[in-house]
Amino acid sequence: MKLPIYMDYQATTPMDPRVLEEMLPWFVEKFGNPASRSHAFGWEADQAVERAREQVAELLGADPREIVFTSGATESDNLAIQGVARFYQDKGRHIITLVTEHKAVLDTCRHLEAEGFQVTYLPVQRNGLLDLELLAAAITDQTILVSVMAANNETGVIQPLAAIGQICRQKKVLFHCDAAQGVGKMVLNVDAMQIDLLSLSAHKIYGPKGIGALYVRRRPRVRLKPFMHGGGHERGMRSGTLATPLLVGLGKACALSGAEMQEENRRVLELRNRLQQGIFSQLTHVVVNGDLEHRLAGNLNISFDYVEGESMMMAIKDVAVSSGSACTSASLEPSYVLRALGVSEEQAHTSIRFGLGRFTTAEEVDFVIQTVVHAVNRLREMSPLWEMAQAGIDVNSVQWGTH
Amino acid sequence: MAYNEKVLDHYENPRNVGSLDKDDPSVGTGMVGAPACGDVMKLQIRVDDTGVIADAKFKTFGCGSAIASSSLVTEWLKGKSLDEALSIKNQQIADELALPPVKIHCSVLAEDAIKTAVSDYRKKQQGVG
Repeated sequence: MKLPIYMDYQATTPMDPRVLEEMLPWFVEKFGNPASRSHAFGWEADQAVERAREQVAELLGADPREIVFTSGATESDNLAIQGVARFYQDKGRHIITLVTEHKAVLDTCRHLEAEGFQVTYLPVQRNGLLDLELLAAAITDQTILVSVMAANNETGVIQPLAAIGQICRQKKVLFHCDAAQGVGKMVLNVDAMQIDLLSLSAHKIYGPKGIGALYVRRRPRVRLKPFMHGGGHERGMRSGTLATPLLVGLGKACALSGAEMQEENRRVLELRNRLQQGIFSQLTHVVVNGDLEHRLAGNLNISFDYVEGESMMMAIKDVAVSSGSACTSASLEPSYVLRALGVSEEQAHTSIRFGLGRFTTAEEVDFVIQTVVHAVNRLREMSPLWEMAQAGIDVNSVQWGTH
Repeated sequence: MAYNEKVLDHYENPRNVGSLDKDDPSVGTGMVGAPACGDVMKLQIRVDDTGVIADAKFKTFGCGSAIASSSLVTEWLKGKSLDEALSIKNQQIADELALPPVKIHCSVLAEDAIKTAVSDYRKKQQGVG
């Protein structure tokens, strides 16, 4: 077993060697510009790119002509939200999204607010799920777009996409889904779920970084105002020479995750259950954040009471994870996603996100359990809060100063 | 973020972790910070008959820098008079541990913990006298 152990699969994934293998010929040997129509170098590159487009479309149940290639999910989110807002602004200037969305969505919405658009940020329930009645009630005749993620990056909680799609279609509002975490990990079908726009990234599904796609529905047609101007690539929605090797990688990554999803999810879920049981059988005062039922197989977000997240990560330095603790961010604010689930600030500071995936082994999980249990016990011995809790003092009843 | 060696050393081998009897009149306790902010430091000093800090203990809930800051001050406090203890400034702690700007508040917390512990001890002594 190699150390450190990577258990941060929601941040990014290692590239699958099978993906790299597909990409390699497209750097040096087959370097043509897919937009070159006049010679064989261009033709073969174009074929490769169109093959990738088919592979992406197939994973989503879409038509290849509905796939626009971008640099990743952040660009896709920007293109979808800004593009729809600017194109349909005469119809209405109201957008609805969730407080637990990724910053790529939230920050884009904030930007539009500064331009005079109105944005409703819907809360989520304690389990992280959107209350559908709240959504239906929030839609007005001014609403043009609803943007809801497939699965959350911090908690792995999966939103009821089909039901959201149905509400949006009924009310004639476009539905954008940031599926950066969901693609390849859960069954997504743009028709069954009535999704109009969908963002994805290759590096979350064992593909290369710097490439992604936006699904844009053709029937009924969804229009966008582009912000990358130039040669009119991607049917005018996103100019710029296509990155053939990266796209070949994206296509292969989609094909692999589609073919192996069921088996992989079964295996990863088994490992996650092993991790959860291992930790919960040996430690008290631990709690899973977010719904366990509607959740990606590869995510386990746990708060370890009385143990601050960053010191925990130092203590388990042989294991690469993320924390919702403020100390890991520049803002010094604990995770807004966990706060939105009603997790207290104190508990958000003690949260650790374990991300499991394609290359996680049972041996690694067992090592992580042992390391985590040891670290928590050690840090609790050092924690004045643990000492108070052991003495029967309710930490929440203490009048704390502000800092 | 990579950690400074001294922070790592204090984090991995914290000095003087533990608790003193908070009801003992020769012990001063300072508990500062708040769980919601992600740092709580408990610093305790035992002062001998000559007014010198004979022992210091800490327990900290917080990041590595907070743990290192409290561990460091327990080392510095031993053998100091109360006035000497009060002269320890957060900048000295930050300098010694080479804390980056985002971690300066950990050293501020440690300075506050010293002040609170000394003031708790002095209050107790007045009560006794």
